Amino acid sequence: MRVRRHAASFVTAGPDTTGPDTAGPDTAGPETEGTPDLGLLGLSVEEMSDISARLGRPPSPAELAMFSVMWSEHCSYKSSRAHLGRLPSTAPWVVVGPGENAGVVDLGDGWLAALRIESHNHPSFVEPHQGAATGVGGILRDVFTMGARPVALWDSIRFGPLDDPLNRYLFGGVVAGIAAYGNAVGVPTVGGELAFEECYSGNPLVNVMCLGVMRKDQLVLGSAGPPGSIAVLLGASTGRDGIGGASVLASAGFDEDSGAKRPSVQVGDPFEEKKLIEACLELYRRGLVVGVQDLGAAGLSCAAAEPAARAGVGLDLDLDLVHVRESEMTAPELLMSESQERMMAFVPPERVPEVLEVASRWEIDASVVGSVRPGGMVRVTHGGEVVAEVPAESLTSGPRYRRPAGEPWWLEDRWSSTYRYLRPPDPAEALLALLDYPALADRSWVFEQYDHLLFLDTVVGPGFGAALLSLGETGKGMAVSVDGNGRLCSLDPRRGAARLVFEAALNVAIVGARPLAVVDNLNFGNPEHSEVMWQFVETIEGIAAACEALGIPVVGGNVSFYNETDGQDIDPTPVIGLLGIAEPLLTSPPRLDQAKEGMELWLLGSLPGRGLAGSCLEKVVFGHVGGRPTAPDPSAGRGAVALARRLADAGFAPVLQDVADGGLAMAAAEICIRSSVGAAIECPDFRQLFSEDPHRFLAATAPGYGDTLAAAAGEMGVPASLVGRFGGDTIAFHLGSAVSSVPLEAATRTWREAIPRRLVG
Amino acid sequence: MTARVAVVLFPGTNCERDVVRALRALGGDAEPVWHGDHDVSGAGGVVLPGGFAHGDYLRTGAIARFSPLMAEVERAAADGLPVLGICNGFQVLCEAGLLPGALIANRDLRFICRFVEVEVADNATILTSGFQMGDRLRIPLNSYEGAWVDPEGSGRVVIRYTDDPNGSHRAAAAVANGPGNVVGVMPHPERAVLDRYETGGKGLLEGFLGACESDAMRRAS
Repeated sequence: MRVRRHAASFVTAGPDTTGPDTAGPDTAGPETEGTPDLGLLGLSVEEMSDISARLGRPPSPAELAMFSVMWSEHCSYKSSRAHLGRLPSTAPWVVVGPGENAGVVDLGDGWLAALRIESHNHPSFVEPHQGAATGVGGILRDVFTMGARPVALWDSIRFGPLDDPLNRYLFGGVVAGIAAYGNAVGVPTVGGELAFEECYSGNPLVNVMCLGVMRKDQLVLGSAGPPGSIAVLLGASTGRDGIGGASVLASAGFDEDSGAKRPSVQVGDPFEEKKLIEACLELYRRGLVVGVQDLGAAGLSCAAAEPAARAGVGLDLDLDLVHVRESEMTAPELLMSESQERMMAFVPPERVPEVLEVASRWEIDASVVGSVRPGGMVRVTHGGEVVAEVPAESLTSGPRYRRPAGEPWWLEDRWSSTYRYLRPPDPAEALLALLDYPALADRSWVFEQYDHLLFLDTVVGPGFGAALLSLGETGKGMAVSVDGNGRLCSLDPRRGAARLVFEAALNVAIVGARPLAVVDNLNFGNPEHSEVMWQFVETIEGIAAACEALGIPVVGGNVSFYNETDGQDIDPTPVIGLLGIAEPLLTSPPRLDQAKEGMELWLLGSLPGRGLAGSCLEKVVFGHVGGRPTAPDPSAGRGAVALARRLADAGFAPVLQDVADGGLAMAAAEICIRSSVGAAIECPDFRQLFSEDPHRFLAATAPGYGDTLAAAAGEMGVPASLVGRFGGDTIAFHLGSAVSSVPLEAATRTWREAIPRRLVG
Repeated sequence: MTARVAVVLFPGTNCERDVVRALRALGGDAEPVWHGDHDVSGAGGVVLPGGFAHGDYLRTGAIARFSPLMAEVERAAADGLPVLGICNGFQVLCEAGLLPGALIANRDLRFICRFVEVEVADNATILTSGFQMGDRLRIPLNSYEGAWVDPEGSGRVVIRYTDDPNGSHRAAAAVANGPGNVVGVMPHPERAVLDRYETGGKGLLEGFLGACESDAMRRAS
């Protein structure tokens, strides 16, 4: 490490991302006396030439700083954008599609929902508490930038196995960071998912989704507005924290020196964010702004360039007017800083005094830092000198790569690698092993650290599949399910990703909601590896096909590449966040803790279901991951969603539960544990108990309703089978004449203790 | 006549809208009051709601107690006005010296958000007048600094946990001042009022609204 004030000292080019490391100062543009050596800041030699060609001269240090963050993989989507257009993004209810800070959909009666999902994987590995905390802060800003009040958060987090102390530290730190920020900022965390796999040992995944709501007339876009508009920087002061986070951290893999990147992690202040939320919502309510842009990745560079480019205007930005927390910051540092809790508002000149008054009332700082002008140039001054003068559009239209994609050489081998066994496993023993598997176990150790009840709108909270929220007193509800499965996607990314969309849709249908829109968080390895690019393209195809089959758009998302450590890529891990609308909101929707002695257990969906490829059973009991996962069936997928909604509305099935990780056995066991009642389950073949084949769910009904349920299923073309009955104090599996059972008490204890017992000592 | 309850909003408070919504759902009249406007004169009761007033910086409630409004609350409390602190509001009341004891981090050093069972230990306060001693309720806890400590043992315990989750002295979930018109409660009754599976907080807030009414009548006569 060199001295701290040199931006370049935070920068190490990612492994083979930039060509020779030696290409540095001599290609880095003109050096003025005393200017720190900026290196390439993660840009490639070709990108450097492109910048010089666009400008007609080499970039100045400040310009180089701006390009380096704006053209980073994290901000520019340079490896993914060419493929993202394949995703369907339109529907009559889409108000704002991909490309803005968040997607916006119409909920009817003058209500809009804003939603977004984003990763904070790399910062969370370097510093788990702050990395996760600022991930929450960032996603909140994306949503309230649009004019919406954030009403709920979801966290999808993945770590390596808990027997490694490093993973325990990361897991504990991430959960504490999410709790510390989310609870204090006052937005409930109502759900999410949790997974543990070896491939995340060196590279945990932290994806956060946020949902906000607003009245139609409060929608604000990230536009700089007409020439003459004034740029007002609101919120926290700018410091040296997080410099180059987008380029240094988020757009490169990890190696043993990653600890040295810690200064690139931002530090969050939820109290500042809470005040900023309230101040911004007041600005929108009073109609004082023409546009707003949050300062997240790429900081001021992004907040200047993106709104100007969207509005087709230019911007004069005076860095001397920025309120700072450290003295003597250089222009590149000011432009690249990712200090948190900042927003840029674009304001008609005559409303500036009112904006400053609102800021002062909420006790946040505000500075007039620039003005919008005609033409498309962003001109930045510092110390009275022009330090950058670049077309806004050149910063936002970075390079696009069509990187080579090729099927992994090992894929065919893995498909043909099916597990062979001498004797089928004992179902009861297998179930106990699954209950003890942290990814399937009780997650209350996690979500009881999150405030999930604030705002009084949580009808179904964490621990139940989809979360269901009331939209105030409107009688409408919003359901969200967040689903990922890297193991399945590693065996077949197209099938795996499509199945996740169907699974999320089924989950929201189970609480009575109609699927409305998807946001996706695409976590992948190094895009310069052709097999990673292939996985990425296949995943997009899978998501697109499933969304088309269900008639729902993708309204936004996030791509996180370079999830690799020491050259080892993570499993392809798309995470699907799916929003559904419940009209009317069911006040007591199906919930898996409502089964009672004497009720029948029905399986809805095809019974054969024997595919075990990629299943938890094979992974946990056999230690095997291989074979080719079952393909989704669009018509069965639609049928399951329609039937689940109908059963939820009809009200005679107090429990509906999808069959996913761990199969029928795990789904039934969860109902038993949560409802404190045993069950006897009949199945001709153990594979049917543990298969995770898609489009299937369970229902519990009082005995008299079996015919009604079977008739409803029949009308929708969904097979229905009576597979068991609730009662007693064991979970018993009847395979022909053989019976294998677990005491309910032992199952419950195993499931509850699986996570806490691994965190002791 | 309905007494208007002032729900105090410090920067960083986040439960004010929930408290207003719950009190209104119970037929009460409630308004948020910005701490900077410091005006609780004429209010029929005061609620200091949950959240993170001033970011909980320095120590929970340590900055909020110096808000000019707190001097007004203190005077009103001395005059018998019902004052209810919920969660962070409880912490502020302890810092301000309106309630005995202090709140420290939970025994397990983890934030706790879940329903807990409590039982009424004193039914002569503004929160519990509608209950029999020993009545049991389920309301959600949501705090990190939730453990009430009372080294002198002088505090008046209003409700207590049936299975102490956080290490509070005498398992106290709510505490009152001597006259019983100032109460701090750590779990959130307002989160179990609307009809969503759990409504254990209704009786407590109804009791509070009733106490505000009676106090208003006392003043009027």
